[in-house]
Amino acid sequence: MKILTKWLRAYLPGLSVSDAQLAEDLTLRGIAVEGICDLGSGNGSIFAMDITTNRVDAMNHYGIAREAAAIYALELPALAFPLPAPRPCSQRPFSVAIEVEDACGRFTARVLRDVAIGESRDWFPGAEVSTYFALLDQKKISNAVDATNFAWLAMGQPTHAFDLDKIEGGIVVRRARKGERLKTLDGVERVLDADDLVVADHAKPLALAGVMGGWDTMITPATKNVLVEAAWFDPMAVRRTARRHGLHTDASHRFERGADFNAAPVASALVSAILLAGGGWIEGWAEGDLVDARVAAIEARTAHRPPIELKLSEVQRILGRTEDAEGITTATVEDVLAALGCKLAPSPAAPPAWSATLPSWRLDLEREIDLIEEIARVYGYNRFANTLPAFGEGVRALPWAEKETAARGTLLACGFHEAIAGTFCSAAEAELTAPQPGQVVALGNPLSEEAGVLRPSLIPGMLAMIAGNLHRDVSDVRLFEMGTVFSGSAANGTVEKVDERPALALGATGLAPEEGPLHAPRAFDFFDLKGAVEQVLARFDMRAVYFDRFPAEAGLTPAWLHPYRAARVAADGLTVGWLGELHPREAAARKFKAPVLVGELYLDRLFKLPLRKPAAREISRFQPVRRDFSLVLDESIAWETIDRAMASLQASPLPELIDWRAREVFRDARLARGEYALLLGATFQALDRTLREEELKEFQSRVEEAVNKAGARLRT
Amino acid sequence: MTNDSIPNLTAFDDESLDKAFAELRDQAKAVADAVDSSEALEAFRLSWLGRKQGRLNEVSSRWLKAAPPEAKKALGQRFNEFKQFLLTELLLELDQRSKSADAALKAQALDITLPGTRRLLGAEHPITRTMSEIVSVFAALGYSVGVGPEVETDYYNFESMNFPPGHPARDTQDTLVIASQERKPLRDRLLLRTHTSPVQMRTMELEPPPVRIVIPGKVHRNDAADATHSPIFHQVEGLCVDTHITFSHLKGTLDHAMKALFGSAVKTRFFPSFFPFTEPSADVQISCIFCGGKGCRKCKQSGWIELLGCGMVDPAVFAFAREKQPAYDPKKISGFAFGMGVERIAMMKYGISEIGQFYAGDMRFLSLFV
Repeated sequence: MKILTKWLRAYLPGLSVSDAQLAEDLTLRGIAVEGICDLGSGNGSIFAMDITTNRVDAMNHYGIAREAAAIYALELPALAFPLPAPRPCSQRPFSVAIEVEDACGRFTARVLRDVAIGESRDWFPGAEVSTYFALLDQKKISNAVDATNFAWLAMGQPTHAFDLDKIEGGIVVRRARKGERLKTLDGVERVLDADDLVVADHAKPLALAGVMGGWDTMITPATKNVLVEAAWFDPMAVRRTARRHGLHTDASHRFERGADFNAAPVASALVSAILLAGGGWIEGWAEGDLVDARVAAIEARTAHRPPIELKLSEVQRILGRTEDAEGITTATVEDVLAALGCKLAPSPAAPPAWSATLPSWRLDLEREIDLIEEIARVYGYNRFANTLPAFGEGVRALPWAEKETAARGTLLACGFHEAIAGTFCSAAEAELTAPQPGQVVALGNPLSEEAGVLRPSLIPGMLAMIAGNLHRDVSDVRLFEMGTVFSGSAANGTVEKVDERPALALGATGLAPEEGPLHAPRAFDFFDLKGAVEQVLARFDMRAVYFDRFPAEAGLTPAWLHPYRAARVAADGLTVGWLGELHPREAAARKFKAPVLVGELYLDRLFKLPLRKPAAREISRFQPVRRDFSLVLDESIAWETIDRAMASLQASPLPELIDWRAREVFRDARLARGEYALLLGATFQALDRTLREEELKEFQSRVEEAVNKAGARLRT
Repeated sequence: MTNDSIPNLTAFDDESLDKAFAELRDQAKAVADAVDSSEALEAFRLSWLGRKQGRLNEVSSRWLKAAPPEAKKALGQRFNEFKQFLLTELLLELDQRSKSADAALKAQALDITLPGTRRLLGAEHPITRTMSEIVSVFAALGYSVGVGPEVETDYYNFESMNFPPGHPARDTQDTLVIASQERKPLRDRLLLRTHTSPVQMRTMELEPPPVRIVIPGKVHRNDAADATHSPIFHQVEGLCVDTHITFSHLKGTLDHAMKALFGSAVKTRFFPSFFPFTEPSADVQISCIFCGGKGCRKCKQSGWIELLGCGMVDPAVFAFAREKQPAYDPKKISGFAFGMGVERIAMMKYGISEIGQFYAGDMRFLSLFV
């Protein structure tokens, strides 16, 4: 919204501060001036305002003048627009009936005859419409329409001018009948709903009440007689009608937030005065010249609300210390609230206390706390002291915070960057990656089809980020994300519950994370990813970690993984995730050329395990001895078999066997088809002695025996 | 190389002199055998032939001076022979030896100007990093950490935060809703939370006052992406409820927090705003961290940057909390709440201009935060 300071000052001749100072003072009191544009010599400025939705009363020139008057303790004259005396007519006053007493609180109508519809001019100081309308983003249409728009800019009261001769009978404010049609001012032919609020005549709907006028009764150059409407409509009723028709107009904006019940006659006078400046006359009846239909119940809860009790002690309890020693006093409360239009009467309750009568234009003021806010606001927020409250409780971190930090820290050290991907994916991606099919949660109003469902897995986002990097010619990618995945449970077609679980995704392609000129770069492979996962798992206290492979026909491996290069990760028997090479079909669909390694860990499961607590153990002072065994194995025998054989050998017991590992795996021409060679390294060490040669010989033969039993033969 | 002092000479007959010089020769040879580089050679030369503290000088001054006149000639002769031995035989040989030792090392020379081999480290996401910074500032002020679900009910996201059904304030938060909710009552309908504020209510329902909690989390809105908007963003929410909590405590707490986050020179100012769940409500500006408040492009010449929203907890919110925890009696307790956008703070702290960079997983962007 834009404000002309020239128009503002027309209401407040005593305002002596500069526009810049005014902008600053208004802003600090919550009437935010976002931008100032100086219009040059003597013409003041335009303020671009950003006014919070609760302060709809201040979204106009007079409303801001009220605020300025309160800030600078100035007298603000009430708005009044004198009209020429009406021409008496003998017939009955124009007929106005409010049928919907819950939705229309007031409807005023004034009949102007023989008016000249023409171009607007600069009507009076503070109403230079011809000069300034364009600057205020208003289109000049005709004096009648411009007058209603000016009333909106000046005092925030929506009004409407009808071509009186198109109205049959009188006005009825009613609900529409289902299926009734109305062409609105935007040229749209609308089919009305039984809940729509309309201003109608005795034959047809004329306008969507409080939202937009009708096409057929609009002012044209041929219009001679005008009916000026100024009314008060119920916020919810207007909101429902506007929403249903997808409309958001100045009028609906105001009515939805609560208009000033008392403003209608004033705005009607303003519009009439402007229209009559070019000729014409007011129809007068025995009852007066303004038909003013009101609903007492609504008047009581807007213009005549019961007073609010306010205690100084409560003001001080909520607001606390001020920078000056005096603080918020009786005088502060009385000055501020009086300046804002409240009437204060001393209350018999423990003094100092008041009974505050509220101004009709501030429907946002309803409770004691609302008045306390007004006091703080006008007094100035920055005049309150900065103090810290005392506190004696302990501080609790999230129970999984340490685990999250451990997992994150490990992956950072492994060279993975942390990423955050979008929360949504397409239904197809969800189907591909959901750990439990058929429980995907869809959005009712998605931003796009590609972002139509809540991600059931972090994999779609990870693949999208990898693709993004490759697209930008970044070929080495190592990313992880820790985030929420979603699954729903539905009953009778309604999503009842959405489960959220924390997950961790890893993704990598390109080269392994080592950078230097002298070492040959190598591709990041399955075992790099597995290693990173192992290192994360190693931070947790568990008895056993397994990496399983399932035959393709078992259908257990997720569809996004290469069936023969994928592993299920199990910690203490519980599946905690999957990892492997992206399925070539998925890689091809995304135009990935180099292999892409991906994995997902279910953190809700992993985080059930405690973190491993480091514990020292005795380190032997005696020399360790390493022995290597060159084994030949059938392809069907996996390392796991040898590993298990060594583990049971150690447990047999052979405590001197302190370490074993696969040192090298290779295939060469001297081996038979379907065989491979494995160099097994075993280390022996005792805590209490140097191992003797005969002992070592015995250990060695026990290793040979164990691996033989596992299916390996020694290479000779 | 040991620099034992030269023994005093007591007998000056030929035999004793020969013995003394033979010992000197052995000593020099023993030391020379250990010489294996040009540095060691230089040290050897200085220790024997140095002008001030060389051992040769010492021999000359101690032995020649102490010698009876009749022995001076014999002594001088032997001294000169020894000097000759040092200068020619020993030093020449040593020179050869050190040169070849140096050459062997030189063959192993490295171009130490080549870059070191780096095991590349991963970078914590700037949002995670900023969020934990904010959380630790408040942890130091006694705030525990809380979280809540990203999919919320209308009740927690709106109604209990004092956005009644049909309230225009709901329009300011374009909400992404879960499909197929029409059959449920409005309050139970599921949506993606538009702010972290619902965790205020979830916390109060579980714990009676006093409460001090800080809530980091992800939120979503139905906003098309541009330089400063994203359908995803993160907030850190705070809530402090106790007896005697005042607006001036709110000011002091946030002033302290902003100084902790942005440096002690930062100033704060508060001005009125509107949030349905707080009253009085305030927006907080900090003095521009780029220009120190003088006015620059970043702060649109104002010297101030708007950073967060806050206010005293609205009694209507306490009324909702009271349904489960009667201790939230707005006549007896009071509190404040605040919320800040993590992206905005991270963008300021790290000079990021596009909010979309946070969610692209771009390796080039993320590596800047290692």
